[in-house]
Amino acid sequence: MKRENRLAELFGKPKDRGEKALVAFITAGDPNLELTEALVEGLARGGADIVELGVPFSDPMADGPTIQASSERALESGTTLPKVLKLVRRLRKRGLDTPIVLFGYYNPVFVYGHERFARDAKQAGVDGVLIVDLPPEEATELAEKLKRVGIEFVYLLTPTSDEKRIGLVARKAGGFIYYVSVTGVTGARKKVAGQIKDHVKRIKKFTELPVCVGFGISTPEQARKVALWADGVVVGSAIVDIIARNRGSRGLVEKVARFVRSIKDGMRSV
Amino acid sequence: MKRQARLPDRTGHFGPYGGRYISETLMPAVMELEEAYLRYSKDAGFKEELDYYLRYYVGRPTPLYFARNLTERLGGARIYLKREDLCHTGAHKINNTMGQILLARRMKKSRIIAETGAGQHGVATATVAAMFGLECVVYMGEEDMERQAPNVFRMRLLGAEVVPVKSGSRTLKDAMNEALRDWVTNVRNTFYIIGSVAGPHPYPVMVRDFQSVIGREVKRDIKRLEGRLPTLLVASVGGGSNAMGLFHPFLDDEDVEMVGVEAAGLGLSTGRHAASLCRGSVGVLHGSKSYVLQDRYGQILHTHSVSAGLDYPGVGPEHSYLKDTGRVHYTTVTDREAIRAFQTLCQTEGIIPALESSHALAYAMKVAGGMKKEEVIVINLSGRGDKDLSTVSKILGFNI
Repeated sequence: MKRENRLAELFGKPKDRGEKALVAFITAGDPNLELTEALVEGLARGGADIVELGVPFSDPMADGPTIQASSERALESGTTLPKVLKLVRRLRKRGLDTPIVLFGYYNPVFVYGHERFARDAKQAGVDGVLIVDLPPEEATELAEKLKRVGIEFVYLLTPTSDEKRIGLVARKAGGFIYYVSVTGVTGARKKVAGQIKDHVKRIKKFTELPVCVGFGISTPEQARKVALWADGVVVGSAIVDIIARNRGSRGLVEKVARFVRSIKDGMRSV
Repeated sequence: MKRQARLPDRTGHFGPYGGRYISETLMPAVMELEEAYLRYSKDAGFKEELDYYLRYYVGRPTPLYFARNLTERLGGARIYLKREDLCHTGAHKINNTMGQILLARRMKKSRIIAETGAGQHGVATATVAAMFGLECVVYMGEEDMERQAPNVFRMRLLGAEVVPVKSGSRTLKDAMNEALRDWVTNVRNTFYIIGSVAGPHPYPVMVRDFQSVIGREVKRDIKRLEGRLPTLLVASVGGGSNAMGLFHPFLDDEDVEMVGVEAAGLGLSTGRHAASLCRGSVGVLHGSKSYVLQDRYGQILHTHSVSAGLDYPGVGPEHSYLKDTGRVHYTTVTDREAIRAFQTLCQTEGIIPALESSHALAYAMKVAGGMKKEEVIVINLSGRGDKDLSTVSKILGFNI
């Protein structure tokens, strides 16, 4: 019954790492929780190696317009943290074995309670947690509780992080490091920021953890470029945008799965 | 109870409150700001420059005015008004924007951003940015832009770009989200001037320190005028900067009672209010832990107040601490009571107060009559009411 962490299994030891990981983000509950269930399975079918499930928050201050609107739709459909945990539990019951990372803001987790959250998230089948507005200085207690149950606490690093911050985050991080490739909010961008190679290399001086790069990546070509240097590529707003534009359509899940597959194929051509 | 005045601790916490709940991108920026603030707050040259501008540009010290007519009408404690409405730009907000822009100049930041609710902080930011020739962008909720239209025009006259915020409740909270998004994007050259004692450390302590000039002047003047300290200090609390500015220098004076007045809007029982301390619970919003108005799942609630400056679901972390310790008592006043106090001050003293300040006035008017004649109330008249004329005229049924 007790399962080791799927993230650790996925990445294995650094020297064994072959293929680059695709991390696919969607907001839980956008457009509703039933569809999210199908969408997560679609992401996995399309080739996503990790599913990042956004927990909607009323004030998503690190997100651009695409994910803001997505969070609003999710909240309107009645999504709450307890319901997101139930969703993960259902997905595991149906046999989904892809690692799941919950991605969100601190307040819903704080209100739910650290201890209770760690226990319920583990029971549901969550492998990692990333909280955008919880830097290492404030994360100690929650990270400790999560570690105890075997959930990895994933931290962000950014282009503004100097070596002191990288060192601090590297000492505390679990699962993988999420490198935010731009100084800015989430959202698709025409060009992927330069210097990703240098930044990823710099981070790798401090840690053996895999480094996944995100923010702004929306095409197979961009994903291919980033995969040259990173252990994984995060795609979020581009998928959320497809969901937003095809909310009513019956082919939604297939469309999303196809898009994910195109990104994954792009990465394989590295 | 002792040594309250010395918080926050080194990591920016007031007991369990405060801290830094922000994205990693901003961590280096707030640390850089903290370092600069620590250095310059002890720097004689910086203090001298700030004092100069506060005196000759802002118009400090502001008068501590004995409101004789109001005192007589209420028939109890002697009522003093701290006339922050007489500051340049018409509110206490400029005490803080002046301090922060001098810091921004020393940190060589070329671009200023701010959020604003009532528009007073936006105007105060646009003003100092114009004076020092820095680019300025102000985020303001669409709803607030409608009800505070004169301030929008003022900011634009002063050369600031005013960006309407259409998300969420289209008020102060959403303006702050948008300003934070801008900051994350332009963090290298941009200085974010937060207008209240909210946000991540060091903002709550820095804004409090810049606003504490209010309380320091009151302390000096009341001793001269009355030969004693006040019995009671009253200030309105939205984010809480005018209240912290008045209260802080008195925190260790145990005989001085303090009351912070939140907006009860249409009434606490209607759910349409902005009483974070009186009706909220502990949460994390905009970078710090504090009381917030939220549902049971941690989603932030929409608020209501007739006063745009109080229409905010959070509150500065130091207020949360002072509530828990009991050092400051927090209460509420409804829209209707605030409007009545607004009218009363116009008629008795010939002063048109801001709707924010009218909340403090309304509370003081409730209690003054029951106090002894030798007791002294100081009310922070944090701003003037010109910006509120259209709101008030609509409520009173006048067409202007």
